[in-house]
Amino acid sequence: MEPMRTIEHGNLVHRCFRCGYCKFPSDYVDFNCPSYKAAAFDTYSSGGRMWLIRAWLNNEIKTGPRFADILYSCVACGNCTEQCVYPGFKDHLLDIFEEAKGELVGEGLIPPTVRDYFKAITVNGNPYKLPQNERGKWAEGINIEEYSDQDYLFYVGCVGSYDEVGMHMARNVGTVLKESGLSVGILGSGESCDGNEVKILGETGLFLKLAEDNIRQFNELGVKKIITLDPHAMNTFKKYYPEQGGRYQIYHYTEILDRLIRDKQIIPVENRITVTYHDPCYLGRHHHIYKSPRSVLKSIPGLELVEMRRNGVDAFCCGGGGGNFFTDINGSGEESPSRVRIREALDTGASIVAVACPQCAKMLTDAVKAEEMEGTLVVKDVAEILRESI
Amino acid sequence: MSDILNSLVQIVGEKGVSNHPEEIWFYSRDPGTLEPHEPDFVVAPRRVDEVRDIVKFAYEKSIPLVPMGNGMALTGLVRPLKGGIVMDMKRMNKILEVNERGRYVVLEGGVSQGQLKAYLEDNYPHLRHSIPDAPPGTTIAANVALHGQGRLTQQYGFNSDMVTGLEVVLPTGEVCKVGSCSIGPYWFSKGPSLPDISGLFLGWLGATGVFTKVGLRLFPRKSLRDVEVFVTDRADLVEDIIYRLTHTEMIEDLTIWFQPKPMIFKDNYHINVYFTGDTEEEIEFKRKMIWDSLKVHMDSKDGGFMGVGAMKATFLEEPQRSIAAFADVPKGGGFEYSGPISPIEHFAKYTAKVYELAAKYNLLFAGTARVISGGHAMMYGISFAFNRADKEMMNNVKEALEEANEFTLEHGSIPWKPTVSEQQMTMNMMDPNTLKIMKMIKKNLDPKGIMNPGNWEVS
Repeated sequence: MEPMRTIEHGNLVHRCFRCGYCKFPSDYVDFNCPSYKAAAFDTYSSGGRMWLIRAWLNNEIKTGPRFADILYSCVACGNCTEQCVYPGFKDHLLDIFEEAKGELVGEGLIPPTVRDYFKAITVNGNPYKLPQNERGKWAEGINIEEYSDQDYLFYVGCVGSYDEVGMHMARNVGTVLKESGLSVGILGSGESCDGNEVKILGETGLFLKLAEDNIRQFNELGVKKIITLDPHAMNTFKKYYPEQGGRYQIYHYTEILDRLIRDKQIIPVENRITVTYHDPCYLGRHHHIYKSPRSVLKSIPGLELVEMRRNGVDAFCCGGGGGNFFTDINGSGEESPSRVRIREALDTGASIVAVACPQCAKMLTDAVKAEEMEGTLVVKDVAEILRESI
Repeated sequence: MSDILNSLVQIVGEKGVSNHPEEIWFYSRDPGTLEPHEPDFVVAPRRVDEVRDIVKFAYEKSIPLVPMGNGMALTGLVRPLKGGIVMDMKRMNKILEVNERGRYVVLEGGVSQGQLKAYLEDNYPHLRHSIPDAPPGTTIAANVALHGQGRLTQQYGFNSDMVTGLEVVLPTGEVCKVGSCSIGPYWFSKGPSLPDISGLFLGWLGATGVFTKVGLRLFPRKSLRDVEVFVTDRADLVEDIIYRLTHTEMIEDLTIWFQPKPMIFKDNYHINVYFTGDTEEEIEFKRKMIWDSLKVHMDSKDGGFMGVGAMKATFLEEPQRSIAAFADVPKGGGFEYSGPISPIEHFAKYTAKVYELAAKYNLLFAGTARVISGGHAMMYGISFAFNRADKEMMNNVKEALEEANEFTLEHGSIPWKPTVSEQQMTMNMMDPNTLKIMKMIKKNLDPKGIMNPGNWEVS
């Protein structure tokens, strides 16, 4: 017999009409729900997911691999919360998906890649199963000090610490921040996972442990202001750490770069390039930071910024959110979100796709290869483009 | 069963087929109140040859097959009443051709209303199509298959009247072209001056074939669009108001709405008059003509134009999101409506019935009407919202709508996108020779009765 299940916002689930506004951007140009775009069936859309959760809570369907796949295919990009037409309900769509995943975690019926992710974080402290003492390797040779009493802590996160593309991005951001004269330090091998993906994948217990450890460390070091490389880390620090007692001033690095340029601490020089900017979901839709990265790019004389068809609040996710960067539930086929997005970037005529998130950087870099666009399109983070223009 | 699965996988690939409990559960129902019917398989083809091979296979094996767009009819039309295969068409979403000077578009059977709207705005900003107020995911093909209406229906008729050609996979698997496209490359006419065989498919709710391509008329998009709202508390005057307004021949869309909530709208009938123009001068001229046409009712103090103010953006939105939002008024995610196509003279009578049914079944209602073809008829929408978690309320909605359908049929209206029971009610009242023709068509096109069985099934 199936267990009786309850989730915190279970009393809202029936309010979904499955009208499908959530699948689209605000002008309906294409499907904007990455998991639905990648899959063939309505069940992989937000409305489909919501109706299945209702059926599952009512014991009309059982927990199984397909159900888990459907839940974990959600990239938490937030398009559905932007587009849903039901106030009061729309704000909880992602909460409901997260709570349902939490139930699956409790029942031990999660996809193998999700299980492996949790295991790696628990055992190794990072999803790459690499030693803790390699966490600071990204900073070798760039002369950025360990955090002691600097004004800002530059928090890099797992992808920036261990992934090749992420490390390249961390070095660029770290170098620009340091060379601007900003008082900034890093945790290096003392840094821990921020837990954003752990939480969204439904492992609340592990998330709380990571949050508590990080908060203790930040407080012991007297951290007041944090600059994050990764918008995912920014999200969790801003949204979830305060309720655990961790209250800091949190910035994404593009906000700081924007300010440093305005304050003339960084003065870009001419760089005649055509760039399109990909909005990371955790920076854009989740925190409404659309201007700062664009201001940084626009501050570079000669740089032409061309927008993709879907941008800003309507930007199409690279597919890496909701832990999919690590769990890869949506796969790498032709309709996978990163490949769809990189084709959209190509349509702009730009030669560079600017990113502001290490997960987007990696996803789109891989998509350039999959689409055989090397030599036509290159993915660079905002700081790298700025660094080449100083 | 696994043989069927393997055959379908061979046609559309593993990703395009499911018999998982999750898809079976989801595709067995629509957002309305009718009971679910489970399919055995769900498929999502991407190409015409895949559709053809699925249909051929289903025909050979006598497996029921239900083509599906977005499944938003709310009247259970894509529930697989006899099991079999549900074919989700939304992956066939290419816009194939726009003939700008001929003002028509050719698109695949899964293109959505929203997608076409955005495509035209991007590439042909001076052209538009008759977009319905259904959610943007509803498909063009499904809309014309059920004689849908849209924003240009007042001017140009049902959206199915705007079809300029079809490509249909017949229930026996042949791919058939309908109209001028059957003899050459142009998709400008679905019938004239040939015998018009589009009627074998339009309005048949997928029971005579699968639409893989649709040619659709496009219309001028004027640079300005505005709305005036005339309000009266007399339902009996609405018929005359429509007559006078349509006499101006200046109106884009004409809709009527009344609802008890919020209180400011209670007991009034709101007539939304949409009009367009390329210059302010044109707009103001039309506005004057519209106001002048109703002077008699303003002079008698029976009605007047209200200030639209902040509501204007909502009224002008295409599609109008607030219509889907009606489902959330009882905080329950559902509404369903009956939409008989009716003589306009019945407006007051039907309106009294709406009030009666709402009181009898204790339901929240919204009454709407859209004028068709310059005033030859109207779609009269009787909508009841429900809370999906409240089974009794859902049942009340079902019963109220059944009663409404019976009532409007008795008064000579014909049901729009009818439920299976409404189809039966209609056929029971139909002239026997008309019914005989329908039976002949269905039997000849679909000898094994595999296409969307249960719908327009003449016993």
